[in-house]
Parts: sequence; structure tokens; C-alpha cells
Amino acid sequence: MSIDKDTVVRIARLSRIAMEDDALEPMAEELNGILAWVEQLSEVDTEGVEPMTGAIAATLPQRDDDAEAGTATDDLLANAPEADDGFFVVPKVVE
Amino acid sequence: MSADGYRVRGRDGEWEIAVGLEVHAQVISEAKLFSSAPTAFGAEPNTQVSLVDAAMPGMLPVINRHCVTQAVRTGLALEAEINLTSVFDRKNYFYPDLPPGYQISQYSRPIVGEGRVVLDLEDGSQRTIGITRLHLEMDAGKSIHDRRADATCVDLNRAGVALMEIVSEPDIRSPEEAGIYLRKLRSILRYIGTCDGNMEQGSLRADVNVSVRRPGDELGTRCEVKNLNSVRFVMRAIEVEAERQVAVREDGGEIELETRLFDAERGETRSMRSKEEAHDYRYFPDPDLLPLTLDPAWVEAERARLPELPDARKARFMADYGLSAYDAGVLVAEREIAEYFEAVTAGRDGKQAANWVTGTLFGALNRAGIGIEQSPVSAAALGALIDRVADGTVSNRAAKDVFEAMVSTGKDADAIIEEQALRQVSDEGAIEALVNQVIADNPDKVADFRGGKTKLMGWFVGQVMKASGGKANPKAVNQALRAKLDG
Amino acid sequence: MSDLTALTIADARAGLAAREFSARELTDAHIAAVECARDLNAFVAETFDAARAAADDADARLAAGEGRLLEGIPLAVKDLFCTRGVRSQACSNILDGFAPPYESTVTANLWAVGALMLGKTNMDEFAMGSANVTSADGPVINPWRRRGEDKPLVPGGSSGGSAAAVAAGLCLGATGTDTGGSIRQPGAFCGIVGMKPTYGRCSRWGMIAFASSLDQAGPLTRTVEDAALMLQAMAGHDSKDSTSIDRPVPDYAASLTGDVRDLTIGVPAEYRMEGMPAEIEALWAEGVRWFRDAGATVVDISLPLTKYALPTYYIVAPAEASSNLARYDGVRYGLRVEGNDPTEMYARTRAAGFGREVRRRILIGTYVLSAGYYDAYYLKAQKVRTLIARDFESAFETVDAVLTPTAPFAAFAIGEKMDDPIAMYLNDVFTVPASLAGLPAISVPAGLTGDGLPLGLHLIARPFDEPTLFRAAGLLESAAGFSHRPDQSGAGRAV
Ligand SMILES: [Mg+2]
Ligand SMILES: [Zn+2]
Repeated sequence: MSIDKDTVVRIARLSRIAMEDDALEPMAEELNGILAWVEQLSEVDTEGVEPMTGAIAATLPQRDDDAEAGTATDDLLANAPEADDGFFVVPKVVE
Repeated sequence: MSADGYRVRGRDGEWEIAVGLEVHAQVISEAKLFSSAPTAFGAEPNTQVSLVDAAMPGMLPVINRHCVTQAVRTGLALEAEINLTSVFDRKNYFYPDLPPGYQISQYSRPIVGEGRVVLDLEDGSQRTIGITRLHLEMDAGKSIHDRRADATCVDLNRAGVALMEIVSEPDIRSPEEAGIYLRKLRSILRYIGTCDGNMEQGSLRADVNVSVRRPGDELGTRCEVKNLNSVRFVMRAIEVEAERQVAVREDGGEIELETRLFDAERGETRSMRSKEEAHDYRYFPDPDLLPLTLDPAWVEAERARLPELPDARKARFMADYGLSAYDAGVLVAEREIAEYFEAVTAGRDGKQAANWVTGTLFGALNRAGIGIEQSPVSAAALGALIDRVADGTVSNRAAKDVFEAMVSTGKDADAIIEEQALRQVSDEGAIEALVNQVIADNPDKVADFRGGKTKLMGWFVGQVMKASGGKANPKAVNQALRAKLDG
Repeated sequence: MSDLTALTIADARAGLAAREFSARELTDAHIAAVECARDLNAFVAETFDAARAAADDADARLAAGEGRLLEGIPLAVKDLFCTRGVRSQACSNILDGFAPPYESTVTANLWAVGALMLGKTNMDEFAMGSANVTSADGPVINPWRRRGEDKPLVPGGSSGGSAAAVAAGLCLGATGTDTGGSIRQPGAFCGIVGMKPTYGRCSRWGMIAFASSLDQAGPLTRTVEDAALMLQAMAGHDSKDSTSIDRPVPDYAASLTGDVRDLTIGVPAEYRMEGMPAEIEALWAEGVRWFRDAGATVVDISLPLTKYALPTYYIVAPAEASSNLARYDGVRYGLRVEGNDPTEMYARTRAAGFGREVRRRILIGTYVLSAGYYDAYYLKAQKVRTLIARDFESAFETVDAVLTPTAPFAAFAIGEKMDDPIAMYLNDVFTVPASLAGLPAISVPAGLTGDGLPLGLHLIARPFDEPTLFRAAGLLESAAGFSHRPDQSGAGRAV
């Protein structure tokens, strides 16, 4: 499996990372280098092996259904690049 | 026409439809699925948001036990298999009201597997709709597009609220069935208290998958119509989407697997393809959460704790109270109504109680535009009124007036009967006096009666009732008249 | 009064308790050291006023005889930990200006036992790196130099600022985080102790996530005992982290008995890497001798999947990171670069806010999770990971700890190994397997290279067996007698 320029465009778009045209080819090469190297995993027989789902064997802890007040709106919005009257503000979504 | 026979009439022949629903039901809980922020509806923007809901750096999800219980209870009520191990996955996509850039959902291993819902169709027949799965996931926030001309505003109050996504098999065959399915599902959820079913507030939203086929053919390619927030819209969207697909197919076109939006004003569905283009959700198990495991003994205990569900209650109402399937169905549709009815009918005649509830009471509630929870007449008060009819204190007719007075004044039946002197006269002496007076005043009618015009009995009863001001017990009047006239 | 910045935490506790010096004096001495060593670029934020105030509080407590475990001990905190009101940026431009309204559990635990914060330390951006060269705040300079050379060396990474600060005597200890070796490898490069506890031992709440299934907080200190003391405070169950384990925290310092006669130490053949410098081989062999001399049993073991750990890691970690870093979108905090719609705003913000290595890993992670590739890459890697964990499980049926070198080479010059990502990834070849298996591990400074740079030996133990890990590490420490300290102007000097 190898990554071409179009694939870089596709995954950059999925990742929401803008890329200049002239950066696509070099990135494709770098990613291919890494992928070629990880390709060695295909040598490992994993027939019937369960994938690891957590680094430790434990069961999921559960929390009681107790509501606490939300974060103060001022604190919540304090770091926001743009806020207006209690809302976060983003560029207009074009539907 | 039975719903089973629904056909879309195309230019050249008829088409069947196959519909599956994906319903998002908001779980009734105090706190959100993975955070402790409150879930109450209608708060000021961004006042019910925890650091977790806002996906602040370093924040981690911890699951709400009650939401897990609610999902399991729902699964049990849908007669579904409960998966003792399930996994939370991340569904990755970017949207301003999805703070982490992923929705925590369940993909390959949901908490609830296959189940079923039985529908009572209008023609009295039943159909079983398969449930594919139910999974838990978090809701997104709200993007408000019309608040500012130049920007979109984001409110995260809903972000992280627990949802159950309930997916049906494509077993539904008509818009009507879809409506019945949604109402039935809503009824079950409300019975067990896992979702309030409020579609206006968005507590229950449906996506419909619609496909068409020539009768007998394989299932066609489906389209998903998203985010329908009323039963009416669900039915209408299915109708217009099926018609659109038929038109495309008859024009030799192919249906493309896609997501569409329903435009209620124009009565059409529109493609959302532009938005779909780059979707690749990259599901993978959320490494912040371990697999969810359930104790089978606990699941059984929850099963035992479930209340009586609509189907079982309906069967019981029919068997115990001799109600028709229709009346029983109406009475069990809402848990509150069924409970009201049961309180009214306790120790009384079932059919009488059913008539009072579905007729007189529903009429009053409808006129007032309120639900049974706000009924001005309590079940106990209605029961007491029915008792006064049964013991002859008031006539059936007068009882309707008493009921109206109960609605408008909030007083109980006895007080109104006293105040308005509606008490029925059953005293034999008093009735006999009235009867004697009517016979004495109408010798010609008496002669006619005795000459064979027995139909005049009704007229005599009417006269005596009139003379009593409507308060005489008609049965006693009848008896007394017969004794005098026949004798 | 001796040089307060040369003390261990244990010595400082004793000195404070005996009122030989005050917490304020101890803190001021470290503040002065930080000010003198700004050219190392170890700190990215200094919180001296708060540190002095906390020191005064500590003195009051100490005077009242109410000193707690780390009362008055000046520490540094990796910029990956969220600290209330203080910049917490993971050394990334995307978190430009971010000061959280909350405190991470691990740092809160430290402050709860009296420790105080001198400032935030530099690190590889989002902990993605092994040389501290990906930081948006610029590289950290290792206080060590090759003998006779002036070329600035990397401190290792990603906890490079923390390691350099501890090595240079700018603080008595520092928090680090380890995803694939980010505590242990810089510990080795800087000649100090770096310890990664069992996954789930320290809460991840308030720690900016890189790869959730691997990230663990741990201490960087100058001695094993200090690491035990710091971990004592950092560790513990946290109900806000679903992967935090609810079990008691033992008295780690008490496990340092010096007696290893009951221990069996495993030496895995597969860690003998081609091209590894002979002096590292030799040091490893020496480590084996030290254990034997102390009466431990040393056996050869096999961890057959070792060579697959690194490629496994470079699928799993970027995959998780690509998702964990999706929240940096310019909406709620941090950098925003405007655009005509949210999608454009996101893409511009993230292109400008993330550095090259972070962007590369996000792209790789997105790719290995994307439709059609998930099974071949991500799922495959998680299966291999299961096998790697099983390798350790079976090894731990016979051994109590595994001994390896910490890294296949010593600190290198800034600018070296920078062109080839895979060459850089090899830094973590010996530390990554324990990370994948969630096991506790520690790097102990054990010797110098021919040109005077520190080298570490690495021990791995069973899950939650930190006591055995510390005990074995204590043996290495005392046997190695490593007492070298860096000299910023030349080679390591003995003190
Ligand atoms: Mg869906
Ligand atoms: Zn959903």
C-alpha cells in the first residue's frame, strides 16, 4: 500500500490540515517511508489474536447520576477566540 | 386499505416500499452520559457545560451508571438481547458543535442487540418490526445559524447528553406503519421512563431509511432522510421520498445511497451530498474508556423490575375488564392514562369506566387542550361519580352535567349533586304521587294505552320525568307506571 | 550552608525538617539557578511569585510541625500538565495563550502534600518527539557536553525540559509524561532517574492527551529514592479517569531495602540491537554483574516480538493522537486563523498551529484509521500489541524484572538525526515495548560513554509492582555509584 498525492490531499482534508500544493509530494514520500517500515508487522501471525483494547485489564468504572452545576460560562468562554453573549462564535456554516 | 398493502402508484405500475427507522431517544437522566453537567432543557446558552463537554485539554469521560441502566431497561422492554460486553468507539468528524472532534458512540459492539416491537395496525391485525440494535452515544451541541448574519453561534448545553440510538430492520411497509411504530416505541420508552418522548424538544428524533422495489423484488438501494422531529414529518417524508425514488427509477435512473434532508414546507427531500463527500468516520475503540461489562444477575434483576408494558397491559385489560381491542389499545397507549383508568375502574365495572375515560374525560381534556396529568378531575373523583350512577343517586344523563361541573369547579360529585339538587328521586311514595297525577291528567292517553298502544309507555315516562324536574329515577318511574297502567 | 540545589529530595526533606534551612531559602536558591540557566531553555513559564508564596506557607507548616510528604520541595512541571491559571500549551502554538481554569490531578496531588511549582518545562510539541526539538518554544539544551566539545546536545524527549532542569539542579524533581519512553529516555540522556509507573497508576485527568492508551505521568529525579517519594505523591486512584486503577499506593520508599537476593532478573536477547555501541553492550553486561554480585539470579529470556514494538507504536500512537488532537479547532481555546467557513478556519488554524512532526503524525494516524486501511494497520497493530504484552506476561512467570539499556545511544547533537523520522524513532526502541504493555519501568544513570555522556540502564517490572522495580533500581544505583554531574562548559565532572 502506498500513499500518493491524492491520498495526502484526502487525509489532510479529513484531518482539517491545510497543505500547500508543493508540500504534498514530500509528505507523501515521508508517509510512505514510515508505512513501508511499519509494513514489517505483516510478518507477525496474529490469527485468532484479540486486539488490545486497553493497557490494563479492568472493567469500566461507572459514575452515579448526580448532576453538578456546569462550568461558569465566563470560565468556559475565557479562552475562546470569539464569543458573543454566552455563545462560542465560528464562521458561518454554509449548509 | 391495510397498511400492509401500501403501494406507490408509479407511471407504469405499483411499487412497494421498505422503511427502517433510526430513532435517537434522549435518555432521562440528571447528568450527561460522560460528565456531571445537568441535562435540563431550555437553560441559558452554555450554562450546562462541563469541562469534559467542552473538550478542554486533558478532560476525560466517565460513564453515567444510570444511563447504562436506562439503555438496558430499554433493551429489555424491546425484548432484545443484552450484550454483557460492549465497547465505546469514537466516531471522528469535525463540526463546531462537536467539541472533541469525535462523538463517543458504539459501533461494532453495541450494548443491546436484536429485539422487536409489535404494532397494532388499524385493521386490527398485528405486525412485528425487528430491532437491529440499540446503542448509547453522546449528543452534540447546537449550532445556531440565524442568530447572526455573519457567523454561527454554538451552544454546548446539549453536548454530551445521553442518547439511545434505536435502529429498526427495514420491516416497515407504509408511512402509516412508520407512524404506528414511532408512537409504539415512544409509548414503550415512556412506560419505562427512559425517554420522555418529547419530539418538539428534540428528545425523540428519527432518521428514516427508505427504499422502493417492484412487488416481489429484492430490497432496493436506500436513502436516509435525516432529523425528522414529528410523527407527521416522518410519515410525510417517507411518502415523498418513496415517490421521488419511484420517479427516478421509472425514468431509468439509479438510486444512490445518500443522506437527504426533508423540507416540510416544500414537501420534498433534498440531497446533503455536498456535506457527505468526505465522510470517513474512522471509528476505533475509545482508549479513554474500557469495555463496558454487565453482570448477568444484574440484568435479570432489571428485567424483573420492569413495569408492565403496553402489550401485556392491553391483553390484561381485554381479559379482565372485557374491553375491546380498540378501547384497550387507547387506554394503554400512555402509561398515565392506563394508570388513571385502573384507578377509576378499581372495584367498578370496566366497560363503564372505559366509557367514562375514553368518552367523557378525553372529550373534556381535548377541549381544554391538556394531558391526563393535568386533568381537573382525579381518578378517585371520577370513580366516586360513577358510584353515584351505579347506586342510583344520579341518572346517567345528570351525571354528565355533574362531570362538567366537576371540571369547571374542581368540586367532587357529591357536593355538586347536593348544590344543584340533582339527586335522583327514588322514593316510591313520591314517584307514585307523580305517576298518579300524570294518569289523572291524561285519561285519553291512558285509554289509548290500555287499548293496545303500549308504545305510549315512553311518553308517560317522559311526562313523569318532566314533572320530577328530571330527578326521578327512570327505573322506578317505569315500574310504578307499569303497575298502575297494566293493573 | 551547602549548595541547596545539589540536594536530593530526601536530603532536602531532612534539612527542612531539622530547620537547617527554610523552604523559602531552598526555593530562592532554585529560582536563582533557573535564572542563571535560562540558556538551557528548560523552562517555558516561570511561576516564581507563586513559588515563594507557597514556600512561605510551607515554612509556616514546617514550623508548626505539620510538614507533609513533600513540604516545601520545589519542583518543575512539564507543560503537558494543565495548571490552573498558568500557561499549559504542550509547547504547541495551537494552544497559544491557553491557561486552564483547572488543575491536573497529578499536580494537584503534589501540591496537596506541600510541593511547590517553580514553573512549566519545555517539551516536544504534544510529547511527540525524542529530542525536544519539536517544541514550539524551541529546543532544550542538555546541560551535558561531550568531553572537549562545545556542541549543544539534545536532552532527549519528550520530557526534555524536565530532564534538563533536574540534571542542571534547577529543581529537585520534575513531572514528566511517558508515552513511548518520554521520561526514561531523557532521564538516560541527562544522567538522572526517569520512572514510568504502570498504566493506570497516575491519573491522566488534566494531562493534555497524546496517545490515551499509552500516556502515563511519572517523576524525573536525581535518585531512585526521590522517584519513589515523588511517585508516592503523584499516584493514586482518580474517579475522573476511567483508566485509573483503584488500588492502594504502597510506601514506595520503604521498598528500597537494598536486598535483591530473592529477585530473578531477565535479560532479553532481542534487545541486543545491531549497530548498538559497544560501550552500551558493556554497561548492560556490567548491570548483569551488579545483580549477580548482589545475590540476585540473572537469566536469559526471550521477548520474541521486541522488534515489532516500535512499528506497532508508530501506528497506535498516531492513530490515537489524530483523534485526541481533533479538539484543537480554534473554537473554544487556543489559536484561530480565520476562514470563510468553519472547515477553512479549521484547516488554516491547524496548519498554522501544529508543527511539522505533529502534522505528520496526525496524517499517519488519520490514514491508518481510514476506511479500507483500519484492519491492515490499526487492528493489526493492536493485535501485535496483545502478543507483545503476552511476551512480557510469560517472561514474568519466571523473572521479577527485565534489564535492558534505556536507549541505543547517548545524547546527540541538536541537528543530528533530524532528517529521517525513523532514525529519530529508534530512540525509543528499548522503552516502547513496556509502554505498549502498560508496565512500570525505570531508567537509572549507570555509566558514562567514552566521551563523557551519561548512559542509563532500564528495568521493567510486572503491573503495579513498582516496589520491586524501585528495589531493583536501587541496587543498580548503588552498584553503579553514578555521581557525575553535568558541567555546562565541558565534560561531565565528578562531584
Ligand atoms: Mg445513525
Ligand atoms: Zn446516532
